[in-house]
Amino acid sequence: MEHGILLSGADDIDFMIHGIFKYSFFGHEVWITTTHVCLLIIMLLLVGFAIAANRVMAGASEEPGGFQNVVELIVEKLDGMVDGTMGRGAPKFYNYIGTVFIFILISNISGLFGLRPPTADYGVTFPLGVLTFLLIHFNQFKFQKPKDIWADMCSPLPPWLPVWLPINIISEIAVPISLSLRLFANVLSGTVMMALVYGLLGWIATAWPAALHVYFDLFSGAIQTYVFCMLTMTYISNARGDA
Amino acid sequence: MDFNENFILGCSAIGAGLAVIAGIGPGVGQGIAAGHAAAAVGRNPGAKSSITSTMLLGQAVAETTGLYGLLIAMLLLFVKPLLP
Repeated sequence: MEHGILLSGADDIDFMIHGIFKYSFFGHEVWITTTHVCLLIIMLLLVGFAIAANRVMAGASEEPGGFQNVVELIVEKLDGMVDGTMGRGAPKFYNYIGTVFIFILISNISGLFGLRPPTADYGVTFPLGVLTFLLIHFNQFKFQKPKDIWADMCSPLPPWLPVWLPINIISEIAVPISLSLRLFANVLSGTVMMALVYGLLGWIATAWPAALHVYFDLFSGAIQTYVFCMLTMTYISNARGDA
Repeated sequence: MDFNENFILGCSAIGAGLAVIAGIGPGVGQGIAAGHAAAAVGRNPGAKSSITSTMLLGQAVAETTGLYGLLIAMLLLFVKPLLP
């Protein structure tokens, strides 16, 4: 941070990813970073929640109470969201979309609990985008005829004149990149701004950055989670040909 | 030609400032989306929840170009790719 931030001159502004532990992986130098640690904490939290939910639902009663209510509410809301967007093909995607939604949501709001949000690392969001990309094209090849896919790729012009083919291929490749960059840049900008506010104010920053936390972590994080899942579902149901 | 490190950093800062001018576009776009959503709610108050979710989705997509500008600015400021 010697030249980077000139706002306050404080040395305690810190939002970068730090390496913790270095090891060699087939001759490459690979680092375990703070992102891995935060991911591990979130995974443990989610796995613990899943085990607890499984326990409760194994002994589920006809009249739900307490924790069972919470679990049923979460599953119902997520399934309803998938149902509303994907229509006929929805039941196959309950699990994937629900998992991704909960993971991204908890990752985004983990800034509230003092972690560095793992989604503010492009190495976390890019694989999510690539998963969406693979799902889109798997479903496209499963549910559409190759002739239709070819006609779609040459789309504004007739299929025997593939002038627009390169442009369409580029726009297909842009899908995972823009999906992952959108999530990454939103969470990163929130993280950076919170770090700047804390660094700028020093000890004055005791209470009122809470309002900024509500905006950057809760609101922005929830919106971006919703947008990521919504776009994934829209692309997949377009590729399946049923909406 | 060989430039001073401070000169390069200063130019990077100017470039970062120019890059976030990209924020104008999403601002206008999101404003248009919000205005039309308000008009739609006025016309059909019953559909408020679905209008709101559609508006938020559209706004988040429109935000992307501004975020690209922000990313360029952050790369220039923190990764400092122009330094030798």
